[in-house]
Amino acid sequence: MNSISITANGLSKDYNHSSIFKDISFSLSSPASLSITGKNGAGKSTLSKIIAGLLSLTRGSITYSVNGKQIGIEEFKHHIGFVSPYLNLYDEFTALENLQFLSHIRSTTQQNSKRIKEMLTLVGLWNRKDDIVGTFSSGMKQRLKYAFALLHNPAVLILDEPTSNLDIEGIDVIWQIILEQKKSNILIIATNNNEEAHWCAQQIQVGTT
Amino acid sequence: MRFIKYSSIAFITFVILAGIAIPMVPQPQSWLEFPIIPGLEEKARNIFFHVPIAWVSVLGFIFALYYGFRYLRTKDFDYDIKSVSSAGLGMMFCILATVTGSIWAKFNWGSFWNWDPRETSIFILLLIYGAYFALRSALGQEEVRARLSAVYSILAGLTAPFFIFIMPRIVGGLHPGAKGDTAGSTPMAQLHMPPNMRFVFLIGIIGFSLLFVWLLNMRVRIARIEYQISKKEN
Amino acid sequence: MNIITSTLAIVSKDVRSELRTRYAMNALLMFVVTSVATILFALREDEVSTEVLSGMFWVVVFFTAMSGLSRIFVSEEERGTTMTLQLIASPSIVYFGKLIFNCGLTLVLSSAVTILYIAVFPAFVIKSMGIFILTIFLGSLGFAAAATIIAAIIAKANTKGTLYPVLSFPILIPLLMTVMKSTARALDGEMFIAAMSEFQILVSYLMIMIAGSYLLFDYVWKE
Repeated sequence: MNSISITANGLSKDYNHSSIFKDISFSLSSPASLSITGKNGAGKSTLSKIIAGLLSLTRGSITYSVNGKQIGIEEFKHHIGFVSPYLNLYDEFTALENLQFLSHIRSTTQQNSKRIKEMLTLVGLWNRKDDIVGTFSSGMKQRLKYAFALLHNPAVLILDEPTSNLDIEGIDVIWQIILEQKKSNILIIATNNNEEAHWCAQQIQVGTT
Repeated sequence: MRFIKYSSIAFITFVILAGIAIPMVPQPQSWLEFPIIPGLEEKARNIFFHVPIAWVSVLGFIFALYYGFRYLRTKDFDYDIKSVSSAGLGMMFCILATVTGSIWAKFNWGSFWNWDPRETSIFILLLIYGAYFALRSALGQEEVRARLSAVYSILAGLTAPFFIFIMPRIVGGLHPGAKGDTAGSTPMAQLHMPPNMRFVFLIGIIGFSLLFVWLLNMRVRIARIEYQISKKEN
Repeated sequence: MNIITSTLAIVSKDVRSELRTRYAMNALLMFVVTSVATILFALREDEVSTEVLSGMFWVVVFFTAMSGLSRIFVSEEERGTTMTLQLIASPSIVYFGKLIFNCGLTLVLSSAVTILYIAVFPAFVIKSMGIFILTIFLGSLGFAAAATIIAAIIAKANTKGTLYPVLSFPILIPLLMTVMKSTARALDGEMFIAAMSEFQILVSYLMIMIAGSYLLFDYVWKE
């Protein structure tokens, strides 16, 4: 198992002249869990995108290292699984096809169909694998996003609004995933929900000013 | 900047006086006489004003491209302010050059527009400026706007060498110096002028370039203040 | 060879998506048919010069391409899948994947226009096949190269559709002038060697556009 760490120093993000958040710092080494809380529009999603390397910073720095060796974000992205309302899958393909070509594009070593089957079974979509994603309900799409995020066995799992659109049974599945992830890897949750926030050992709040 | 301001005023005043007052005679004897160029006559005086203006419209683009490039490297917003300010000035001079040029063309060549290589080039430059500002107004977020408009100006700059090579092959030239020789019909032609005309012409180029630098400085200062104000309001 | 397999995976994804949704293809082909029909109405039985014919040929290709080539990035932006791609692939992989797809689409497009032109214009006779094929090939690739990076830019803008031709046209003028010239040469039946300077321009345009886009794409693609 790789030991992973993420260190953020004085993260700030501006949007059209105004600051969304500033001076956020934290440090995580696996196993670790962190929750990001804050009001609507405080920048929880923005911060989670920044950690995943999908948005640039206005000020500050963020470093990633694997087994004590610092690596760049492009390389580190292979260790990240990300579930977010901003990260959609392709509506015109089936659930199975989505996972197949996404892992092809990622070209990870473990793109076997066994792993895909495992993941689809885990989120309870195996019997719907040949249905077009466009016909899925929003809850099913959310489940599929988990299958996508976990497909390459990521060391860092980032969840933005983890339980949105999910039913009780779905939340149960997510709870299992979260417990598993916390044990040895890094988990980051951005949420409004206090209960979800308490799943994590560390907590930061954005946009308190 | 004060030095640039006064020297641009002095140079342009000199060009206006010398360019208009020096008489044109068939056989120039002294420094204070220009030769008559057959077919152009008094209309040749336009070269002292029109060509420097066209030059400044190119200069504006070069500056916009350079500052855009600096913005991409540094992400310092001040470079975007400089880039858009010089593009705005460049566009203004580009319109002036097109208008003065086509009025002149009406009297000299008989029609306002002839698609001669340099007319085509200035038209394309105008299109690029237009596209640049259309793009900027379609991008709502300032950081994205700065980044993408810088990328576009560099992309447009990449096509510049092609106009220098392609134009002479595709269209025949009308501009002075373009008669027959391909070197003359490129957008930047060598102009054959007597030394005194060349002197006034060069002073014009320098004077208008300094005018551009001075105007750019003013625009940048205004834009910085506007930027600070909009920052405070938020 | 991770880079190549990933790039090809993006191409195959876009091809399959296109085959399934027919987003671009049907609209493009109908656009070709309607614009050629319009030209046909306008020219009717007039004797037109080869310059006019080759000009009209590329006008159709230009406007058709402008109606369809931007989909490659706009559709990702509209479906909200841009970030998914950003997460799983590096910018250069995405760029080359999209470029290859657009090159294919433009080649299909210009071939379709060629076939239609041969069918409906008696005066459209290709006398120098070599010049014509190489012009179509290099012209389409150059077209796709410029159109792809502009598509990536406008995908972030509010007014995508109208902005696309506005931004593309100034960039494409050198290419358009050159292909019109060498297509006219092909219709006039000139020797292959006569179009050599046009081919040099087309090849250098293609290389400069791809190199420039490759270097600039990071700035366009990453937020």
